[in-house]
Amino acid sequence: MSSPLSPTPGELALGPSRPDAEALGIAETPAQQLWRTFRKDRLAMVGLYTLLTLLVVALLGNLLTGWWVVFDPTTVRLPDKLLPPLSAASSALGKDLLPPFHVYPFGTDELGRNVFARMLQGSFVSLSVGIVAVSISLGIGVTVGGLAGFYGQRKLGPLSVDSWLMRFTDVVLCFPTFFLILTVVALLPPSIYNIMIVIGITSWMSTARFVRAEFLALREQDFVTAAKALGLPEWRIIFRHMIPNALAPVLVSATINVAHAILTESALSFLGFGVRPPYATWGNILADGRSYIFDAPWLFLIPGAAILLVVLAFNLVGEGLRDAMNPKLRKRAG
Amino acid sequence: MWRFLVRTIAQRLLLLVVISIVSHTVIHLAPGQPSEVDALNPMMKAEDVARIRKSFHLDDPIYLQYVHWMKDLCTGQLKSFRDGMPVVPTIWERFLNSLPLFVCTTLIVWTASFPIGIRAALKRGSRYDRSTTFVAYTLISVPGFFLSYLLILWVVRTFHLPVIGLATFGTQSESGAVRLMDRIWHLAIPSLMAALTGIAVLSRYVRAQMLEVLGQDYVRTARAKGLDEDHVVYGHALRNALLPFVTMFGLLLPGLISGSVIFEQIFAWPGLGLLGYEAILARDFPMILTLNFMAAALTLLGILLSDILYALVDPRIRLE
Repeated sequence: MSSPLSPTPGELALGPSRPDAEALGIAETPAQQLWRTFRKDRLAMVGLYTLLTLLVVALLGNLLTGWWVVFDPTTVRLPDKLLPPLSAASSALGKDLLPPFHVYPFGTDELGRNVFARMLQGSFVSLSVGIVAVSISLGIGVTVGGLAGFYGQRKLGPLSVDSWLMRFTDVVLCFPTFFLILTVVALLPPSIYNIMIVIGITSWMSTARFVRAEFLALREQDFVTAAKALGLPEWRIIFRHMIPNALAPVLVSATINVAHAILTESALSFLGFGVRPPYATWGNILADGRSYIFDAPWLFLIPGAAILLVVLAFNLVGEGLRDAMNPKLRKRAG
Repeated sequence: MWRFLVRTIAQRLLLLVVISIVSHTVIHLAPGQPSEVDALNPMMKAEDVARIRKSFHLDDPIYLQYVHWMKDLCTGQLKSFRDGMPVVPTIWERFLNSLPLFVCTTLIVWTASFPIGIRAALKRGSRYDRSTTFVAYTLISVPGFFLSYLLILWVVRTFHLPVIGLATFGTQSESGAVRLMDRIWHLAIPSLMAALTGIAVLSRYVRAQMLEVLGQDYVRTARAKGLDEDHVVYGHALRNALLPFVTMFGLLLPGLISGSVIFEQIFAWPGLGLLGYEAILARDFPMILTLNFMAAALTLLGILLSDILYALVDPRIRLE
């Protein structure tokens, strides 16, 4: 039984140690090729570095705000309310309440909470809202699209599996998405998980369509026929051979969907249906900050700029990936 | 062609019924009763709640409620839970408020995106192309209300423009021309704001589409014939690049209801989006359901329209 990790026919024929294999661009795996093209896109690389930094910040922030008392984003320091960024903490505070280095890097809000600590905590919550929502939508989308693509021709009652699933997708597509999210979030008890789930189950349709289209094309390819001829079980063909090959366009839309989910969360917060306290997200810091737009503009500007930066980074990385996967562009770049 | 029309319309109607059943079920099964909204009101006694529940059929099984809803909707008898006003005339009134905003936004988006996108495609890789790309991504990435708040502050301070509501309070007694100008001023800023993101998205599509077409053989042939560049770009390339946008035109329709919640909330614009938002806050099921239903109907109508338009403008496509 051949393992999927064994060398491709091209590598076998050339031999792994040919010195000019790299020059011919043959020995490269698709991932290496992708990376080579992606690296040339300066905007996308800036986006990637921003995202990596953010990831570190979010993880560190989650640790710091959770374990270090002075960094607790919920600590209320009423003598220090509405201080502008970089101002020093007042001496009226008790010793255990003083912020690190006695400075508020991003100022304080109307309750004297440290905005920097809140933003740190919010970075983790905002990112996890985006990522969890997109994971849910990926899960549903890949399942529906994969089933429709692989088992599409089987009959189930009067219609084929493909028709059932795709008509179902059409039905969901007809709902006004934001309106639906708003309705469900307003009716369900407020919780951060509900928001993740609702955003997830209203955004899987494009993924399902991509995966179905890829599966329909892949099913006719020789390597799938070969796998079938080898007598591999169906689950193995689907999970080891077809899904990895169908994931490329899905990855692009997933990256852009994370950006979308973060924006949706901030829009929900703006309308008053966002993540509830005690969780701080960038969306609800921004939505709360608008009441102080004249007195304390930093409460509005800092989270707004942060959301802009992160969503922009996700969009740039997504577009960079899409360009790098486009074979026409790749030839030109290589 | 006619057979195609009859068959798709029948299919779409069936789909619409399925959608209405699904949305009705989802909303009625979700926790949160409409009679609970005013739970803290001391005037509200248990028998009042029971009376209200009875008059709105809230104690019936769910399929009977669906039948009641559909019957009332079709006969125009459907009443809002919130104020007892009939739903359909309210929606029509709000629709007339939303329409100018929607039309203006769409006009701005479609007139601005094409020149920007075409120029970016023709000057691919130039400073203009790179800067419009970056600005477009920034506009796509910024939360709509954040940008709007900043721009409102700037606009109000610099140009003294009105930004809230449909018209200035107290102008009802002025002459028609004054009122018209007042309405137009009130329309200007909201439609511009709502258009910004649209311009960013659509101009990117225009650019991509133009690039695709400019690489085609027939464009090379047109150039090789010695046609002047304007003729090649606008006569040959643009005409073909326009095809996919015909389909997008049909897909604009549902934006009438759902696309405007945020902007109508910011500018206190009493349109459909705001109506939906208020209905959701009040658990006004008939209103929510009817708006949802109409949005789905508009989506289906939009898809149908774009299919027909596509067949009309592209002779290669036959509707079978």
